[in-house]
Amino acid sequence: MNREDFSMLDGDIVYFDNGATTLKPRKVIEKMDEYYKMYTSNIHRGDYDSAIKTNMAYDGVRKIVANFVNCQEDEVIFTSGTTMSINTVVFGYMRKHLKKGDEVIISKAEHASNVLPWLKLSEEIGIVVKYAELDSDMELTVKNIEKAITEKTKVISIAHVTNVIGDVRDIATIGKMCREKGILFNVDGAQSVPHMKVDFEKSNIDFLSFSGHKMCGPTGVGVLVARKELMEEMDPLCYGGGMNQTFEADGSYELKVGPSKFEAGTPPIAEVIGLGEAIKYLEEIGMDKIHEHEVELKKFLVSELEKIPNIILYNKKSNSGILSFNIDGVFAQDSSVYLNNYNICVRAGNHCAKILKDEMKIKNTVRVSMYLYNTKEDVLKLVEVLKKSEEIFRIVI
Amino acid sequence: MDGNLRREIILDNYQNPMNRGLVDDDSYLKVNTNSESCIDNLDFMMKIEGGKVKDIHFDGEACAISTSASSILIRSLIGKSVEEAKEILINYQKMINEEDYDKELLGELNVYDELQPNRKNCALLPSVAVEKMFRSLEDGKKC
Repeated sequence: MNREDFSMLDGDIVYFDNGATTLKPRKVIEKMDEYYKMYTSNIHRGDYDSAIKTNMAYDGVRKIVANFVNCQEDEVIFTSGTTMSINTVVFGYMRKHLKKGDEVIISKAEHASNVLPWLKLSEEIGIVVKYAELDSDMELTVKNIEKAITEKTKVISIAHVTNVIGDVRDIATIGKMCREKGILFNVDGAQSVPHMKVDFEKSNIDFLSFSGHKMCGPTGVGVLVARKELMEEMDPLCYGGGMNQTFEADGSYELKVGPSKFEAGTPPIAEVIGLGEAIKYLEEIGMDKIHEHEVELKKFLVSELEKIPNIILYNKKSNSGILSFNIDGVFAQDSSVYLNNYNICVRAGNHCAKILKDEMKIKNTVRVSMYLYNTKEDVLKLVEVLKKSEEIFRIVI
Repeated sequence: MDGNLRREIILDNYQNPMNRGLVDDDSYLKVNTNSESCIDNLDFMMKIEGGKVKDIHFDGEACAISTSASSILIRSLIGKSVEEAKEILINYQKMINEEDYDKELLGELNVYDELQPNRKNCALLPSVAVEKMFRSLEDGKKC
């Protein structure tokens, strides 16, 4: 749907790398262009018309985000992306509040940005990083999370949807469980917020991270939604202009309260404005509709690929638009180079989930990740090309 | 070089690579190499004896270009003096990076003279690995 909104789709490209980044609709690009052409100015400092307009546009996006994920406006922090958001949680909040021996539950299917910060913190202060067991489909069930919880568990930090397997974790149930047990719930929403309705309040989430560029928005901007009382206790990772109330030569200083405390320096203003437009764009289509469309396309792709004997599928079941596979006996990167020859964009590799190989027994896969603009025709083109993959080495060498 | 011949040589070395599989021998130099932009992950082992490259083995997961380049490079280097081997490495890397190089010196390695930009790191991987082992040898001598 809405293919006409994307200049990138004017050619005969099949874009299946939406887990990495999505295409941008003209509306989003134009909105950012308008800021650069018509009212460029910095935020929070000017009393002239364009500066006032910029302030309103920038801060207005907090409300758009808040409505989108159902949180309070003053719980929305703009960051550079999911990675920065999670690092802010780990090093701004957790470093201060966790102590040696406290347990953090993650899984082996997590993206590097939800593993490495924890490993670093473990090295620094001795927290214990525990991996909740994945089931035979590499999915993380509520039951297995429950099994991993001990009286030392202080945090559960998981992706809502993982980027290789694409399983949708039951965050509403996990969130309720966390709240009842007094465990903090940190959710990596990078692969879910762009594709389905996510409810911060109802799911009892404490911290929610996501990126603009994976949801039709620009690169360089993301969001950290932090529960208000936790945000007050969180330290910023960057210090400078825009985040302080006052500072003196004697060493005393006072920081701002609320999201601004975490947005030192000039933020990515055009990108924040672009993100607001992207959210409006997605809401106009409807998140439920987007999710249904992707799931339906994935089912169609699975049913077609199952007819090809030399295709190995790794996550047929998961309820999202992500499918990981290999051509039997072919290194994943060779497969993606082959598909590129037909203008089909996919990703090959471990997809930054480097410890998932322990469970999957396979390190590298080809990943197809769908979005709203993908069609059955895209799927059929991929299937046709994979059917004739015996000629792969004639193409890739 | 004729496209079909090029493809045949690369494919043959991918499907039947020379000296794939590591050996259990402490007298070999060892190195693991990951390509930053690719997903290849290969281990290399090399034995130097009397100033000559006596043997090289490799193993791991890699694409057709990395695997075949490892095989062809190993065949090109075994039996050469350390100095000759280094000269081959330098010229091979120059070829991949589209700089002037000595074609005569490279023999079968010339099959990689027209690579797509995104495959350059794949082809360079084995040469970087061998270079690292030479460097570790020199560092060892200095100690």
